[in-house]
Amino acid sequence: MVQRTLTEKLAILADAAKYDASCASSGGEKRGSRDGSGLGSSGGSGICHAYAPDGRCISLLKILMTNFCIYDCAYCVNRVSSRVERARFSVEEVVKLTIEFYRRNYIEGLFLSSGIIRSPDDTMTEMVRIARTLRQRENFRGYIHLKTIPDAAPELIEEAGLWADRLSINVELPTEQALSQFAPEKSAQRIRAAMGDVRQRREAGREASFRGKRPPRFAPAGQSTQMIVGADAAKDAQILQSASTLYASYKLGRVYYSAFSPIPDASKALPLIKPPLMREHRLYQADWLMRFYGFQAAEIAPPSGMLDLEVDPKLAWALAHRDQFPVEVNRASREMLLRVPGFGTRSVDRMLAARRHRTLRYEDLLPLGCVLKHARPFISLPGWSPRGMLDDAGLRARFAPPPKQLSLF
Amino acid sequence: MRICLPVLGSVAAWRQEARRLARAGIPSEAVLWQVGEDAADLFAAEEAPRGPATDLRLPRAAIASMETALHHSDPERFARAYDLVLRLSQGRLRWGDRSDRAMAKLLAQEKAVRRDIHKMHAFVRFREVTPEGANRRAFAAWFEPEHPITEAAVPFFAKRFGDMDWVIATPLHTARFVNGVLEVEETRDPAPLPEDAGEELWRTYYAHIFNPARLMVSAMTSEMPRKYWKNLPEARLIPELIRTAPARAEEMRAKLPTLPPPRVQAVQARLPDHSLPQDVTPASFKAHLDACTRCPLGGCATQGVAGEGPRPAALMVVGEQPGDAEDLAGRPFVGPAGQMFDACAAEAGLDRGRAYVTNAVKHFKFAPRGKRRLHQRPGAGEVMACKWWLGLERSWVQPRLTLAMGATAALALTGSGERLLQRRGTVERAEDGGAVLLTLHPSYLLRLPDEAAAARARAEFTADLARAADFLDQAHSP
Repeated sequence: MVQRTLTEKLAILADAAKYDASCASSGGEKRGSRDGSGLGSSGGSGICHAYAPDGRCISLLKILMTNFCIYDCAYCVNRVSSRVERARFSVEEVVKLTIEFYRRNYIEGLFLSSGIIRSPDDTMTEMVRIARTLRQRENFRGYIHLKTIPDAAPELIEEAGLWADRLSINVELPTEQALSQFAPEKSAQRIRAAMGDVRQRREAGREASFRGKRPPRFAPAGQSTQMIVGADAAKDAQILQSASTLYASYKLGRVYYSAFSPIPDASKALPLIKPPLMREHRLYQADWLMRFYGFQAAEIAPPSGMLDLEVDPKLAWALAHRDQFPVEVNRASREMLLRVPGFGTRSVDRMLAARRHRTLRYEDLLPLGCVLKHARPFISLPGWSPRGMLDDAGLRARFAPPPKQLSLF
Repeated sequence: MRICLPVLGSVAAWRQEARRLARAGIPSEAVLWQVGEDAADLFAAEEAPRGPATDLRLPRAAIASMETALHHSDPERFARAYDLVLRLSQGRLRWGDRSDRAMAKLLAQEKAVRRDIHKMHAFVRFREVTPEGANRRAFAAWFEPEHPITEAAVPFFAKRFGDMDWVIATPLHTARFVNGVLEVEETRDPAPLPEDAGEELWRTYYAHIFNPARLMVSAMTSEMPRKYWKNLPEARLIPELIRTAPARAEEMRAKLPTLPPPRVQAVQARLPDHSLPQDVTPASFKAHLDACTRCPLGGCATQGVAGEGPRPAALMVVGEQPGDAEDLAGRPFVGPAGQMFDACAAEAGLDRGRAYVTNAVKHFKFAPRGKRRLHQRPGAGEVMACKWWLGLERSWVQPRLTLAMGATAALALTGSGERLLQRRGTVERAEDGGAVLLTLHPSYLLRLPDEAAAARARAEFTADLARAADFLDQAHSP
């Protein structure tokens, strides 16, 4: 085979990595290099250094170590049965790219994933070697996210967690049946077991010994996972249920939802569709409701099991539960205020702080950061009463996009 | 009165001046703030009436926010901030009260400055300018922020790029970091930067990480506004990427599926075999348990938790189901309830190592609540479905006595889980004929809120364990 140049490899292996949605570079251990003993810093909020025209941020150098793979997952561009071009980075090449990009302030760090070559252990060993070289030889203090391979040996996971800020294992599809259908070599149970293992190691890494000595931190920025949306027949309700189970069971930092997107040389088993971007967006909104607004997975999705694509899930919930409104802004609990459309966590905190000093009036809400267009029908306070708005059958139409005339041709 | 603040360090100078003026009782409307060179003042020499002398006292959050907001380019910012600190210190205004227009404006400007600083951290692009033979690498960048934020923004770069020298020039200020020393000065005719080969590699990456099937230009421009594009090496690719995206996506969709390459079969033949053996043996028990679909619980739990202990054993201990800790560890009775069991067993003289310890239901049943799993009692259907596994374990262990802890274990073994508090301490017949000693579940002891009741329940539980221990000793003595 002709030796490829670094540029050619980068092109192939970035193409292969772009279907992974994870981009976070925040949290974790606070590190810096002010004293000149190394390169990089991390800890604080993440930084998105560029945005691609697909609206996704570029904060990490997201590449595959290799896109050769022995697995045959129907949704994946790198599956063994695909005819895409293949390439493989050496350890030195990944290290060089990371350091040179980092020094020019293009990236926050490295996101390294890989196709599975030879065996899960062989692949994981190589990935760990890259992370170790960056940390030990190059004194790299930036962010490292390693995609772990569920079936890799425990001591490799242990070392990966030592060098990486975040580990992630993709559950890929929301249901077990879909996974066995489209990814025959993967097992949902083994993926869950691997996530449980990471959670246990993280918890062990936080406990000080009886002499007060702390063990080395294990994956300080936590773990995350990704689900593909729209490739199988799973409904939003199932997806959210599965996400909330994962959050609770393995204390995940994030669950990413990735709209199934056309790939080059697609599999016969999964015909290509237009990526369901709006559905993906609504799932993220619902995910936020679960994590920050006190909603349970089961109450977000309507009985049909699919989220409303026209209005956001919080508004949809409020429209379906009008009996719980209007909310008396000056007396309602934090939990109830958070359920009002147009009120965010921050504006609710400001409201509660202001309420300690005086009675809020309608005019006060706008400077607090509320979206009154959404909130109006659902609140009452001095200066505003929704009157009959809540009982209006046309309430939903105020928020939904205007109906479109179907085309005759 | 006119106060001239220096171009560099204007925020610190403002802070000092504000303190001095407030102490002298100068009201805010009498001060004209300006940055830079002294210019002619139309209203000079007008002595303003003095107000009350004020010592400035502010909440810590207010100081940090104000210092950030003062990096805004609004010429009114210093006057507004001085007026605010006077009113805050005199108790006429509450920090954070957005119904006050000046306060709302200051907080909005703070947000704008934060965003500008964040964008500077994101969009500065260094080019290499290392002189030959140097032992530290050197980089330089040109950046145009919206506000005079350089002084507030550059400590971040010093923390991040500590092992290299760098210069960041902006239209107003230039920051230099040489041999670990950070200095900010006014910008004088910046030199154009040399080309950098790294940028071509970066553009390659940028073009290939973009997914043409999900074009969303507005999402990009809202976070990376066009005003920054001229100094971003990758931005010149954007128009072409947008233009060709729909055609590229359409091409992927229109292409017919290809046949897999010939190496597929050879590669797939080498895959590890994860298929289950036909028979359930003690060795393959766990693997079969993990794959169990007799009830839906296995779909959410991490793994099945098999029993532990000698086979055969005189005593079998059956609990309810694994909890959070057991589900992760894959071993029975290692969580809080397990620790309670161990403590009581030690008191009762029961050696756990000589008993076979297992659960009536092998998977954890729970309800997710945020980042926690709330234990849920298994339903009768799940208990019945799992009895098959328990029966298998019993056939291998051949216990002469079974200790059933809690209603679920009682249900699985005797067919009834009712009125356990009255039945505890008695020996009943299991459905398969074995002797079953009924007792409480250790997690019941943990849940009792009343201390006296908890102590009593614990004594009863320990007494039951002691009975089981006696039985074990008799079983082993002859």
